[in-house]
Amino acid sequence: MNPGQESRGNPGQESRGAAIDLKSISKAYGSFKALDGVSLHIKAGEFMTLLGPSGSGKTTTLNVVAGFTEASSGALEVGGKSVVGVPAHKRNIGVVFQHYALFPHMTVSRNVAYPLALRGVAGAERERRVGQALDMVKMADFGHRFPSELSGGQQQRVALARAIVFDPPLLLMDEPLGALDKKLREWLQLEIKRIHRELGTTFVYVTHDQEEALVLSDRIAVFNRGRIEQIGTGRELYDEPATLFVGKFIGDSTVLRGAAATSGGETAIDIAGQKVATVKRLANGGRPVMLLRPEKLALARRGVGGDGRNRLTGRIGEAIYLGSGSKYEVDLADGSKAIVRSTLEADSFAIGDEVDVLFAGADVKLLADDDKADLTLT
Amino acid sequence: MLALPALVLLLAVIGYPLLTIILRSLSEPEWGLQNYIWFFSMPINLTVLQRTFVISTWVTLVCVVSAYPYAYLMTAVGPRVRLVLMLCVLIPFWVSGVVRTLSWVILLQDSGVINSILRSLGLGGVRLIRTQTGVVIGMAQVLLPFMILPLYSVMKGIDLRLMRAAQSLGARPSRAFFTIYLPLSLPGVYAGAIIVFILALGFYITPALLGGPRSTMLSTLVQTQVLSLLQWGRGGAMGVVLLVTTFVLLALAAPVMRSRYREAERR
Amino acid sequence: MEMKPLTRVVLGLVCLLVAIWLVAPTLVVVPMSFNENKSLAFPPQGFSWQWYQNFVTNPDWSNSFLNSLKVASIVAVLATVLGTLAAFGLDRMKARPANLLRMLMLTPMVVPGVVLAIGIYAVYLDTRLVGTLLGFVLAHTILALPFVLIAVSANLEVFDRRLETAAASLGANALTTFRTVTLPLIAPGLLSGLLFAFATSFDEIVVSLFITNPYLKTLPVQIFASITRDADPTVAAVGTILLFATTILIGSGMLLLGRERKGRQ
Repeated sequence: MNPGQESRGNPGQESRGAAIDLKSISKAYGSFKALDGVSLHIKAGEFMTLLGPSGSGKTTTLNVVAGFTEASSGALEVGGKSVVGVPAHKRNIGVVFQHYALFPHMTVSRNVAYPLALRGVAGAERERRVGQALDMVKMADFGHRFPSELSGGQQQRVALARAIVFDPPLLLMDEPLGALDKKLREWLQLEIKRIHRELGTTFVYVTHDQEEALVLSDRIAVFNRGRIEQIGTGRELYDEPATLFVGKFIGDSTVLRGAAATSGGETAIDIAGQKVATVKRLANGGRPVMLLRPEKLALARRGVGGDGRNRLTGRIGEAIYLGSGSKYEVDLADGSKAIVRSTLEADSFAIGDEVDVLFAGADVKLLADDDKADLTLT
Repeated sequence: MLALPALVLLLAVIGYPLLTIILRSLSEPEWGLQNYIWFFSMPINLTVLQRTFVISTWVTLVCVVSAYPYAYLMTAVGPRVRLVLMLCVLIPFWVSGVVRTLSWVILLQDSGVINSILRSLGLGGVRLIRTQTGVVIGMAQVLLPFMILPLYSVMKGIDLRLMRAAQSLGARPSRAFFTIYLPLSLPGVYAGAIIVFILALGFYITPALLGGPRSTMLSTLVQTQVLSLLQWGRGGAMGVVLLVTTFVLLALAAPVMRSRYREAERR
Repeated sequence: MEMKPLTRVVLGLVCLLVAIWLVAPTLVVVPMSFNENKSLAFPPQGFSWQWYQNFVTNPDWSNSFLNSLKVASIVAVLATVLGTLAAFGLDRMKARPANLLRMLMLTPMVVPGVVLAIGIYAVYLDTRLVGTLLGFVLAHTILALPFVLIAVSANLEVFDRRLETAAASLGANALTTFRTVTLPLIAPGLLSGLLFAFATSFDEIVVSLFITNPYLKTLPVQIFASITRDADPTVAAVGTILLFATTILIGSGMLLLGRERKGRQ
């Protein structure tokens, strides 16, 4: 193990990670398509998160890479070699499971030694590597314990040690923190980030928690209905969502629907009689959908201020105090909801207040109306 | 104390009779250990005692070997097939134990079903009735459910994701079975084997009807002493030997089953 | 676990053999019961109902059948009442003494039948209980008790005691709480205990062989005597009748249970 190795974004030649190539992978169960042409290139040493609601295909993708599930069609390469048809036990890929999957009849040490024993590593060398792996996850003092004597967080750290002890070039993690409480989860996220930095291994991480994805990942692949909607860094996904689904899934958002009127070479978008934006061309030519991030919106008392920004009338429906500021849900005149975040103590509003929502046309993100983009979060 | 009525009945109908037997084994025809000395000095008694253990061991082995794949299959199939398999285990309970032993007489006798089939295949007859083999076949069938049910309940609880984990760590399916699944299913094997062995030790009806003079078990000997020879002291002593053996085995088994994970670890 | 096709086939075949081994002895009595000859040799010859007639008309058979029915019915009720009371008593006791008592009450399951039988026989000889209804009922009840205890205890273990508190907080007195909340929820355990107790008594042979006399015989005793005496196919007829009776009983029970479950959903 090679501490301090640079792996972020630009994996060096010495990286221990393997690149992964999924080429139009499909997986069908009868008529149900769990995966529908998923293509994804993961760079060596990269931390890639597969993000999506349950049933979106992210775990199936992971299982295909691990070898637990055989894809119906498509190509899969790990480290430049095709692994189609290679059974799971010959792939040399570390896997961390949501429910830890520690062997209950073995101590922590025996659990971590298991993959080494299978690879013929014995004696002092085996002990050294087990100790090293347990050190890395800060569980060195627990070697003689049984899994049933550990807390959930401790078990998951042992599972992590077991998955990295044989130096796999690729580590897959299937919602490893899903069963833990928030505080522990946040701390373990940082631990996982540190271990990724120290190992330089390629990490593929599955989660439905967008915050977790933003904290951990170099890049995120957003899954929906067996397809990848968008691949990019957290910032790209937040600032430039390619689809309405991505926009709604990552971060808070206000979705406005307007009318399009084309005149000359330009299309003007109107909401409630106001021209809020003009564009050259409208995707699919349907009703335009606008997405606005909460920090791009401002609130003002009805009719006050304005400085030439667009203005929509509404009424405060919910006011949530967050400590660092407040979050408001505004019921707009057309029945949609705007989500506004404010950090200033000055503009404090109460439920029922008549307000105006202000925004600049340049901050509007125009998207195609994707009627499939209903969110089923779990 | 709601348990009191049951407890009183228990003491009257189990406790008092057992005490009577122990007393008689020590006091008839006179006070002393004569009946136990007689029991352990007669070669025929020791032969029967040894045979009782041998037959019980065989029955237990046959049960483990046939119940293991059966219980495993029950965990691996869909709910419909599982129901059928479960019914097959439970159907023997539907019919009186004596009738079932009768069925084995019909099946095993020289003019029975098995020999008819063997002869029609041109394999010639095999002597099964009144042999130890016949007794083992019949007893194992009666006791098999007591092996399958605890084994199934343990196997049902084994997390199959552990097998995936083992494979991701590099274990071939067979290796994963022997290092993970088998050790985790051992508690079920222990539990079933102990129940079967203890029940087999005290079997009376099946050996009496299927066995011959060369497959007499201890229970039959006890019955002969008491009912035919009216030797209450000797019969009682035999009964006490059987009783003590049973409880010693139970006592030995209890800690083994409790610390099963640490046991598995030490090996 | 994914299995190789070969493993699958071998496993399936082994299990098929085991299943046949389990079930065949249950079914073989059916063809034997229609035998024309007074023989238990296989295959049976011809077809006749005479052994069923014999079962009904021969008092040895019909009386022992009625005796078994009588004993088993009393035992089922008695053992269920005593076992349920005991299960409740143990459930409300401290863990250590409760476990000890529970083990004590389960001893009838592990004491070798013959040892128990000579003990009870000895006591019954002194108290003139050999060949009496009371004698059979007492012995069978104690043998059936563990099954009731296990069935009801298992039910009590998953029974949420807070429900009783909840009922009390809603204004139900102790008796109403028991009748409307506790009893319906432990009813499945009670019912299976009742069935087990009935079956245990109806099927009991070892102790019965010792405490029987020519005036009071139960069905298993009669069957045993018949098998050891001669090759009388009436035994096969009895076995067949019992097989069909239980099948109908269990079948209708499962149907009822299934319907109730559907109704609840």
